[in-house]
Amino acid sequence: MAAAEGSGAGGSLFPGLADVSISQDIPVEGEITVPVGSHSPDEDYSTLDEPVKDTIMRDLKAVGKKFVHVMYPRKSSALLRDWDLWGPLVLCVSLALMLQGGSADSKDDGGPQFAEVFVIIWFGAVVITLNSKLLGGTISFFQSLCVLGYCVMPLTVAMLVCRLVLLAGAGTVSFIIRLIVVGAMFAWSTLASTAFLADSQPPNRKALVVYPIFLFYFVISWMILTFTPQ
Amino acid sequence: MATADELKFQANPDATTISIDEPVEIPKNQHSHRQEPGREEDDELLGTDDSDKTELLAGQKKSAPFWTFDYYQTFFDVDTYQVLDRIKGSVFPVPGKNFVRLYIRSNPDLYGPFWICATLVFTIAVSGNLSNFFIHLGKPTYRYVPEFRKVSIAATTIYAYAWLVPLALWGFLMWRNSKVMNIVSYSFLEIVCVYGYSLFIYIPTAILWIIPQKVVRWVLVVFSLCVSGSVLVMTFWPAVRDDNRRIAVATVATVLLLHALLAVGCLAYFFDAPELDIPAPIIPAHNGTTVITKSH
Repeated sequence: MAAAEGSGAGGSLFPGLADVSISQDIPVEGEITVPVGSHSPDEDYSTLDEPVKDTIMRDLKAVGKKFVHVMYPRKSSALLRDWDLWGPLVLCVSLALMLQGGSADSKDDGGPQFAEVFVIIWFGAVVITLNSKLLGGTISFFQSLCVLGYCVMPLTVAMLVCRLVLLAGAGTVSFIIRLIVVGAMFAWSTLASTAFLADSQPPNRKALVVYPIFLFYFVISWMILTFTPQ
Repeated sequence: MATADELKFQANPDATTISIDEPVEIPKNQHSHRQEPGREEDDELLGTDDSDKTELLAGQKKSAPFWTFDYYQTFFDVDTYQVLDRIKGSVFPVPGKNFVRLYIRSNPDLYGPFWICATLVFTIAVSGNLSNFFIHLGKPTYRYVPEFRKVSIAATTIYAYAWLVPLALWGFLMWRNSKVMNIVSYSFLEIVCVYGYSLFIYIPTAILWIIPQKVVRWVLVVFSLCVSGSVLVMTFWPAVRDDNRRIAVATVATVLLLHALLAVGCLAYFFDAPELDIPAPIIPAHNGTTVITKSH
């Protein structure tokens, strides 16, 4: 009786089981095995024992993969998922070093110092990240820093090209070449970072998030373009 | 046992009948409709028709404690079209319309002030650098310098102006409010908002200051001062109007004077004066005034 009522009540919830009725006398027994341990490849003992070269190569490969993602920006989530700040640090330091040796006369009116470039890049990236999070973005803090830092790569390449062009001469032709190169890399940086970051924003605030990124790369481009050697 | 006459309602001849259609005279600030003819056109300025709603809306926001992230998120609760509307309202001030009541409506944001100030800092620094480059272009002794130090100076000046002057003005208005009951009072963030958006007109002005003509530059100064000054005046005049006449005029004059000082100071410091373009040095300069010539 109770079973019938139970199955009747259960029939309204689980229509497929309406015909099944289990007597309460039969004990149910069996074995359940739950696989213990995670499926991740790097369990503790194996990464401690692996050779140092493997550890370093793994991180280097991750950094290299991200550089390739910036060069050919597609909507892939690899850049966002496994963020790291090695690439941005290397890019920032190399850009700041290349911006040294600018015209520094006694009036101290020269180009940006190392600390100024460093602060502008990192403080600018933090402010843009905070801005996008305050506007309701869903991206995490370090992911956004990672993307903004990696997208400085085209501008670092532009700086390298500018220094090489300036070795040849500093006339009008070299200025036009530098202008074109820096302009193209600025557009590339902005488009690459927008492609990664714009999706995580609410749709009616996209322009509010993209504009500070534009301003950030514009300032860096201006520092690169106005670099004049000693 | 009372008679039927005593129980019948008898109209009290001393009572005044109030019909629902008339505006009720309540001696509270926000609801008083004064019958003086000079005040009616200021109702739009005050926005007293929607002051009830704004008070209610203000009470519902910002309930998170100030150490949480959500508290600061309430200051960025604007969409793209709202920011663009506010910028448009600061560039085309409608005479008689209060910027705060019309556009901000108790939703002050910090996005506009912060990024307009950042853009203005870099625009002034870059334009000043470009303008100096073009002015000194032909000279053989001139070597181009990026003048990066001026970016920090510009940033300090503009952010100090955009935050300290509203702080001082807000403190002053609060102090006057304690002495004289004003109809209109603004919160600190609304004042910061007005100042931030009123600085927007200086961005295209700074770009146009590259033109190395003194007349053009001063015309631009006057024009941008009129536009942004009118936004500020129309915002703050209703807040001090009920005060002592001289204090009200002095307050508005100080606001305008500081705004003018910012514009003129930026022009003088970041942009070198367009120099004489004379082929021969025999033309004397009269009393230190420079002769304006057409640039090449």
